[in-house]
Amino acid sequence: MNRVWSWIIAVPRFLYEFIVGDDWTVAVAVLAGLVVTAVLNANHIVAWWLMPIVAIVMTEISIRRLHPRG
Amino acid sequence: MISTGVLPVLITTFLASAVEAVEMVTIVVGVGATRGWRSTLIGAISGFGVLAVVVVVLGAALSRIPIGPLRLVIGSLLLVFGLQWFRKGIVRVAARGLQGMAGEDPRESAEQWRGPGMDWTAWFLSFKGVVLEGLEVAIIVVSFGAGANNYAPAIVGGAAALVIFLGVGFSIHRSLRRIPRSFLQLIVGTLLTTFGTFWSVEGLGVTWPASDGTVVVLLIIYAATAFGYINLQRRRTAGLTAAA
Repeated sequence: MNRVWSWIIAVPRFLYEFIVGDDWTVAVAVLAGLVVTAVLNANHIVAWWLMPIVAIVMTEISIRRLHPRG
Repeated sequence: MISTGVLPVLITTFLASAVEAVEMVTIVVGVGATRGWRSTLIGAISGFGVLAVVVVVLGAALSRIPIGPLRLVIGSLLLVFGLQWFRKGIVRVAARGLQGMAGEDPRESAEQWRGPGMDWTAWFLSFKGVVLEGLEVAIIVVSFGAGANNYAPAIVGGAAALVIFLGVGFSIHRSLRRIPRSFLQLIVGTLLTTFGTFWSVEGLGVTWPASDGTVVVLLIIYAATAFGYINLQRRRTAGLTAAA
C-alpha cells in the first residue's frame, strides 16, 4: 500500500518537475502565449511571431531571477 | 488505380523520413549523451514498441490521426522543458565556456543520473522523441504509399532513413560524449526550444511563413539569442566581480 501511495505522489511530482522545473513563471508564460496565439489566430491576425518572442524574453527574465550572479 | 513509379516513391519517402529521423536521433542522442544511455535507450525502445503497436493497430488509418492536437501538446511540453535547458546552458557556458569534463561543476554532475533505477526524465524525453517523430515517419510512409498506390517502396524508403540515420547518430555518440556537457545542454536546449516552438504553434493551426523551413530560421534565431545572452551574462558577472 505504501508503495502504491509513493507512486501516486511520485508521478505528479515527476510531471511537475519535468514540465515546470525550477521556474514556474516560464510554464505560465508559455501557456499564456499559446492562448493569446490561439485567440489571434482565431481572429485571423498573424500570430506566428508571438511564441519566439515569449521564449526569448522569458529566458532573460528567468536568468535574471534565478542566476543574478551568473 | 495505377501505381506511381517505385523510385520516386522510394526517394521521396526516404528524404521526407530522413528529416524526421534526424530530429529523432538528435533528441535521443542528445538526451543519452547528457543524462546517460541506459534509460534513454529503454525509452527509445519503448517508443518503437508503442509505434509498432500503433502502426499494426491503425495501419492505413494512421494518416487520419490528428497531428495538430498531438503537436500542440508535445510541442508545448518540449518548449517548457527546452527553455529550462536553454537557460541553464546559457548560464553554464557563460560561466565556464567550453570547459571539458575535467573542470565540471559538481552541481552539473547532479543532472547525470546516478541512481540504481530508471532515470524517468531521460526515458520520457527519449520515448516522446521517438513516438512523435516515428509517428510522423509512419504518417509520411502511409500517406505516400496510399497516394502512390504502392506501399512497398514507401515502407522501404521510410525504414531505410530510420536505419541509416539511427546508425549514424549512434556511431558519433562517443564524439558527442567528449563535448562539454554544458555546451551540449545548450545545443539540446536550443533544439528542443526550436521544435517546441514550431510544433506548439503549428498545432494551434497557425501557418509559419516559411513552412518547414521555419525550423532552420528559429534555430538560427535561438542560437543567436543564446550567443547574445551568454555575452550579456558574462558582462553582468564581470560587473558584479569588479563591484565586489
